[in-house]
Amino acid sequence: MNRAGKEERLMDAQHGILEQAAEWRAAGRDVALATVIQTWGSAPQSVGAQLAIDAEGNFAGSVSGGCVEGAVVTEALDVMESGAAKVLEYGVSNETAWEVGLACGGTIRIFVEKLG
Amino acid sequence: MKADILQRLLEARKGRRGVAVVSDLASGEQRFIARGEASGDAALDAALDESFARDHSRTIEIGGAEVFIHIHNPPLKMIIVGAVHVAQDLIPMAGAAGFDVSVIDPRGAFATAERFPQVTLHSDWPDEVMPGLGIDHRTAVLALTHDPKIDDPALTHALRSECFYIGALGSRKTHAGRLERLSAHGFEAETMARIHGPIGLDIGARGTAEIAISIMGQVVQVLRRGPGA
Repeated sequence: MNRAGKEERLMDAQHGILEQAAEWRAAGRDVALATVIQTWGSAPQSVGAQLAIDAEGNFAGSVSGGCVEGAVVTEALDVMESGAAKVLEYGVSNETAWEVGLACGGTIRIFVEKLG
Repeated sequence: MKADILQRLLEARKGRRGVAVVSDLASGEQRFIARGEASGDAALDAALDESFARDHSRTIEIGGAEVFIHIHNPPLKMIIVGAVHVAQDLIPMAGAAGFDVSVIDPRGAFATAERFPQVTLHSDWPDEVMPGLGIDHRTAVLALTHDPKIDDPALTHALRSECFYIGALGSRKTHAGRLERLSAHGFEAETMARIHGPIGLDIGARGTAEIAISIMGQVVQVLRRGPGA
């Protein structure tokens, strides 16, 4: 493995997501950023984990390990449209849990904001 | 997030500087605050200090407003002094845990690219190399050679830095001798207590791979629980 490849591998899991967001923005696309801001019980991603989403629904990173990403992407498209940040909450007690709940039984709050 | 905050954030990460983005969750307003910089609010400063030290992003209430403190600490770094067998077993684990690993060993036969293909190798003496490695509060320093000529200068340098972990391989007897030599250099007992010696968690490790596991476990414990753990 060459040096560059190693550096890429060793970058922490969150690295690269913000870079991707900046790249999409520089290409003139609308971009939103979703960040895990609080967790209760067992949650698959820790506080600070991020997901970058562009206006076409492409995304980089993760906020839950796959459980709620689909729903977050939909909300992110709304946020891109309105420009207003919002806080989302997902958990097994959520009424939409059947569709987008967390199988692990935890609850997470996610802050979604548009990249200016 | 405003474009200029994102830009400053990306620059800070490149430059290995700890920074925080503080978001007001109701309004979406954000501030970019560097580690050690005063925010103008005593409660927020205290929360920031603790969050940086523990690498802990969190949502808290300040002055009746709900704010999210997002800590962006520089990537973790591990400096291994001694291109020894334990190091060979430790390096893949450290890499998986997110550490960028450097190995220092002035003995040419040990520090070869064949033995250590995936790390930055330095074949000079620790006191020559370490000042250039930017040892910070996200760095762990491990002295693994058993040789005081090599380990002692490394430990001396580590004790004068703000690295979060210092460990030294060797028995209790070896460690007692080491502490005696270091105290002759003027280090107080309290300062030398930062050195974990014998290195590693006491898990009855046998052989180099298990010793590497005990070391990695201790590094993570100190990182996540703090030095008193």
